[in-house]
Amino acid sequence: MLSSTGKLNNIPELVSSASHLAAGVASCKGVALTGSMEEMKEKTRTLRRHIINMTERAGSGHPGGSLSAVELVTALYFHVLRHDPQNPHWPDRDRFVLSKGHAAPVLYAALAESGYFPVAELLTLRQMGSRLQGHTHMLTTPGVEMSAGALGQGLSFGIGNALAARLDGRDYRVYVLLGDGECNEGQVWEAAMAAAHHKLDNMVAIIDRNRLQIDGWCCDVMNTEPFPEKWRSFGWHTMEVDGHDLDQIIAALSEAKTIEGKPTAIIAHTTKGKGVSFMENKAEFHGTAPTSEQAEQALRELE
Amino acid sequence: MAEEMSIRNAYGNALVELGRENENIVVLDADLSRSTMTHLFAKEFPDRFFDCGVAEQNMMGIAAGLAACGKTVFASTFAVFATTRCYDQVRVSIAQSHQNVKIVATHGGITVGEDGCSHHAIEDLALMCALPGFTVIVPADAIEADQVIRAAAATHGPFYIRLARPKMPIVCRDHYNFVMGKSVTMRGGGDATVIAIGIMVERALQAADTLAREGIELRVINMSTLKPLDEKTIVKAAEETGAILTAEEHLQHGGLGSRVALVVAKQHPVPMSFMTIKDVFSSSGKGEELLEKHGLTATGVVEEVRSLVGRKS
Repeated sequence: MLSSTGKLNNIPELVSSASHLAAGVASCKGVALTGSMEEMKEKTRTLRRHIINMTERAGSGHPGGSLSAVELVTALYFHVLRHDPQNPHWPDRDRFVLSKGHAAPVLYAALAESGYFPVAELLTLRQMGSRLQGHTHMLTTPGVEMSAGALGQGLSFGIGNALAARLDGRDYRVYVLLGDGECNEGQVWEAAMAAAHHKLDNMVAIIDRNRLQIDGWCCDVMNTEPFPEKWRSFGWHTMEVDGHDLDQIIAALSEAKTIEGKPTAIIAHTTKGKGVSFMENKAEFHGTAPTSEQAEQALRELE
Repeated sequence: MAEEMSIRNAYGNALVELGRENENIVVLDADLSRSTMTHLFAKEFPDRFFDCGVAEQNMMGIAAGLAACGKTVFASTFAVFATTRCYDQVRVSIAQSHQNVKIVATHGGITVGEDGCSHHAIEDLALMCALPGFTVIVPADAIEADQVIRAAAATHGPFYIRLARPKMPIVCRDHYNFVMGKSVTMRGGGDATVIAIGIMVERALQAADTLAREGIELRVINMSTLKPLDEKTIVKAAEETGAILTAEEHLQHGGLGSRVALVVAKQHPVPMSFMTIKDVFSSSGKGEELLEKHGLTATGVVEEVRSLVGRKS
């Protein structure tokens, strides 16, 4: 059933096989996996095509906030994270917590491309019996660290992961991806306070600042500015990057590893719907799947 | 007057002993550690205790994150704040991932007293029983609480354990043995059954003494594990005594009475009655005064049982 899906046949096979990744992890503990810049750029196109195919096939889902986070997730899964797709519960793995759980398509695409489960399975998104739930669920999908969907909960969960690392003397790092609309939630700021209180320098919050939320522009719905100043004042080492520039993202994530005594916040300026002309900066594509005609056009743009 | 012991002290002491036995145990609190008695653990194991401040939503998220990394997490605050304040966090971060988090909520029910209705947890059991996968327990005294805490620590999965603020009379004596999911028949009797939890267990036992003098033999069951429910013992009581009264310090909807009624209605219908807080919020007052106001007394049990026995066919 899964292998007979037309559109998937156009998708390139894994650049790095899962076994290669596993071997890399085993042989160089503590060293990040490194994909070349060209490989990563190709991967961003692949992930975007997956997102379009998955949501079109499902007839629902959240393409806008998935597309905005593609470079962030690519930099993590194919360059920064220490992980082993053959051993999703490896205790020393870095944790990636997707707090904006509606961006499940981009995470599933990255997990499949990493080798956590077959790429063909991506097209089962949101279907009855699928392991790929509408919002991320850690008990059903290999590689998903946290069950999310109700916004604002991931940063707190990440703090728990980071405190456990400290208690256990493990050197893994915790990366939490939040949406900027999500930062309306009070719990985000409870957690921001707590992470700084505990001086969690093994933790990075990445905020996908695509400036749109469901009801419109963030500054109109609920203004969070001055945004970087908020994170700084809560005690975070705060950086701003172009969230579609892999070099800048990787540089910021590298800098975060050198920061001691405080957590790092990376505010990634992005475009909602990035890469698909008619989805870019459109709030309506937060939670609307493309039609088959729209998907065809989107895939042409993403070739 | 029966001997009384603090159920919260029992919790605090059990935590310390568990902390010595198992270094995987981590304790969280939300700025109430001297009231919940988790400060005893904090004193001995400062590295494994995290005070989350007045931020219950964040506390439940941190608890889930720690549990996901293999910790056995106890998270405590008052019952109102542990449930209604952070229900979404408990639901999504803890219940939906079946995390190994033990929410031990003190100051349950109306016996919190003078603080008034904002501090009375009277819907907590309904809320927590509604979450798939949660085990929900209400110990009847300090001795049972000690056993419940140890059982929870030894069993993987999410728990909600409700403790009361006041000292409670000791009812679980001698060789009392708490087994999760099993009720304990505290007193035999064939004329009617009272199924009680928490502070109402002792009141039911008092009532049984009174009724015995009238020739009514009341069976008293301590249904400390509210979920999963000991259905077998409920059905047996319905079959053998033909009338069931439930007694709890909780609203009538979704608590012990509702849960027992589901079993009785389906498996062996008999006349039932329910001692609960009716559909109202309470008010300030001494705990005992409030229990009396809502009819949750030994006298209340006696009257309900007399009426119930009269309804038996």
